[in-house]
Amino acid sequence: MSKMMKTVAVAGAVAAALSAHATTAVAAEKEKCFGVSMAGKNDCAAGPGTTCAGTSKVDYQGNAWTLVDKGTCMEMALPAADDGMMRKGSLEALDRDLPA
Amino acid sequence: MFDKSPLKALPAASGVGYKPQHFSEIMSDVAQAICPVGWLEIHAENYMGQGGRPLAQLRHLSEHFPISVHGVGLSIGGEGPLDADHLARLKQLCDWLEPASFSEHLAWSSHESAFLNDLLPLPYNTATLARVGEHIDTLQNTLGRQILLENPSSYLAFDTSDMSETDFLAELAQRTGCGLLLDVNNVFVSATNLGYSPQGYIDDFPLDKVGEIHLGGHDEDINDAGRPLLIDSHGCEVVDPVWALLDHTLARSGPRPLLIEWDNDVPDWPVLAAEAKRGAAALVAL
Amino acid sequence: MSQLHFKQALLDPSLPAPAGLQDGQGSPAGRHFDVYRNNVTVSLIEALQTGFPAVCKLLGEENFTNLARDYLRAEPPTSPVMMFYGKGFAEFVQGFEPLAKFGYLPDVARFEILLRESYHAADADVITPVALGAIAPERLGGAKLVLAPSTRLLQSPWPVLSFWQYALKDGAPRPSARPESVLITRPEFDPTPQLLPVGAGGFVRALQLGKNLEKAAAQAIEKNKNFELSTALSTLLSAQAITQVSLEEDT
Repeated sequence: MSKMMKTVAVAGAVAAALSAHATTAVAAEKEKCFGVSMAGKNDCAAGPGTTCAGTSKVDYQGNAWTLVDKGTCMEMALPAADDGMMRKGSLEALDRDLPA
Repeated sequence: MFDKSPLKALPAASGVGYKPQHFSEIMSDVAQAICPVGWLEIHAENYMGQGGRPLAQLRHLSEHFPISVHGVGLSIGGEGPLDADHLARLKQLCDWLEPASFSEHLAWSSHESAFLNDLLPLPYNTATLARVGEHIDTLQNTLGRQILLENPSSYLAFDTSDMSETDFLAELAQRTGCGLLLDVNNVFVSATNLGYSPQGYIDDFPLDKVGEIHLGGHDEDINDAGRPLLIDSHGCEVVDPVWALLDHTLARSGPRPLLIEWDNDVPDWPVLAAEAKRGAAALVAL
Repeated sequence: MSQLHFKQALLDPSLPAPAGLQDGQGSPAGRHFDVYRNNVTVSLIEALQTGFPAVCKLLGEENFTNLARDYLRAEPPTSPVMMFYGKGFAEFVQGFEPLAKFGYLPDVARFEILLRESYHAADADVITPVALGAIAPERLGGAKLVLAPSTRLLQSPWPVLSFWQYALKDGAPRPSARPESVLITRPEFDPTPQLLPVGAGGFVRALQLGKNLEKAAAQAIEKNKNFELSTALSTLLSAQAITQVSLEEDT
C-alpha cells in the first residue's frame, strides 16, 4: 500500500464516520443525569461502599468450599473461542451445556 | 488552635447520612423549600474516585447544604503509623469540598496492609492514649483543621484498660484540641453490652467538646450468658430508649448538630425524613 | 494482645478469641468477639456481592458467598477505598480449581471491575466530530486520538458481554460461544458497554498505546482483514470516547 493510498483510506474512513455520526447523533444537549442512573438502578456500577455499621447476620464460620448446584448458569460450561476462530464443535457443546 | 469559620460550621439542626438513592427526592424537597434536613454527612472513602456521579452529586449538594465529611477508614487507633496515602486522599477531599466538619472514629481498622472494614476496639490506657494522640495531631496538621472524634460501639472490654472511655476521650480532646462526636446510640449499645449505665456515661462525658451527635438503629442479639448483646447495625429506626437518652444528653449539652445514620436496608426517603423530623423535634423541645 | 493477633482471629474462625478480652462483666469475650468476626466477614462478602453482581448471579448466591468468604480471607482489602475492592478476584477465581470448568467467570469478574473503574474515572470534555473533520485529509493518518479516562477495553475469548447481560438483564438471550471485544465508555455518568465490531478491539488497544490513526488501523487490518476503520471511528464518536486529537509527529 503506497503512502498516498493509506492517506486516502484514512481520510475516507474519517469522512464516512463523520457522516454516519451526523445522521445518528442526537443534537439535543443531554440533561445532567447525576440524580438517577440511566439504567434505573441507583449507582449499580459504583461498587461497594464503606460502612461504619455492624451486622447481626451470622456468617463467619464457613466450611471448606463445595460447589452447591444452585447457580442459574452453573452448567453453562463453554469452550473458549480463540481469536475470532470458533472451535469446531463448540456450538454443539454450547447447546448441550446450556440449561433449557 | 483550629478555628472554624462560622459560615462553614454545622448548624444545630437535624441532618442525615446521605445515600445516593435519595438524591432526587432531597433536591425536590429543597426546590419546594420543605426539606426536613439542615445538613448532610458523607463517608469520605466513598468520594475518593477521580470523577463521575459521586463527585458530581456531592458538588451539587454542597451548594445547598453544609456537608460533614465522616471518615471511616483511617484507622486512627492502629498500632502502626497512619497511612500516608490515605491522609493525602482525605486532605485532597477536604481541600476540594471545604466541608463544614470532619470527623473520624476512636477505633482501628487496618493492620499492616490489610483493611478489615470494621471499627475495631482499643484498650484504654496511657500507651493507647499517647499513640492515638499523636495520630490525631498528624491528622489535624495534615488537614489544617480541627477534627471530631467519635466514641465507638463496643462489644468487649480489654484486661489492659485502666481508664474509662469518657476519661480517655476527655484526655485526648484536652491533649490534641480535637472536638468530639457523641454517638448516643453507640453509648446505649456499649453500655448494654458491657454492663454500665448509659446515663452515667453521658453525665461523665465532656459535653462541652461535642460538635455533633449521632443517632442510629441497632439490632438485638443475646450473648453466651443469655444477656442482650446489641449490634450497631444502622438498619432500622432509632429505638425509644435511645431517643430518651438523646433528651437526657441535650438537656445537659444544649442544642447540637444531630445526625440520623441509616446504612443497611436503607429505607425510602420519607422514612428517613421522618426520623430526621423526630430529631428536629427533640432540638425544638429544648 | 496485639492487633496482629486480633486480626488473625478475625479472619480465622478456627482460632479462639484472643486472650485478654472479656464481656465487660467478668466473663470471657465469647460471642462478644464473634460480633467483630461477623462484621468483618459479612461486610466484605456484601462488598463483593455489590461489586460482582453478574458473577454472583451466574454462580448462585450460596456458591458466591462461600467463594467470597475464601477470597476475603486470602486477600482482605489493602485500602480503605472500598469502591475498588476485588481487583484480584478474577485471578483468584481463575486459580480456583472447583470452578475450572467455568472458564468465562474470570473475564466476567474482570469486566465488572472495569465497569467500576469507568464509573469512578475522571471527567473529561470530549471533542465534537467537527474537530476531526477540520483536520486536513493528508494529515489525518498522523493524528492521534486521546480516549476519555473512563474508557475501558476488554478483549475476551469468551462472550463476556453476553454473559454479563444474561446474568443481569431480564430477557437477555443465552450467550453464544464466540469471542467478544467490549468497549466501556461513560457518555455521562453511567458506564455503557458495547460490543465492538470485528477487529476494532485491536484498533482501540493501539490507540490506547499512543499509535496514530494510520498505524492503529494498519495493525487492526493486519490482525483481521474485515476491520473497518469508519465503523470503529463512528463507534468511538457516538460513545463520546475521544477527548483530544493531536497532530504531533509520530516518532
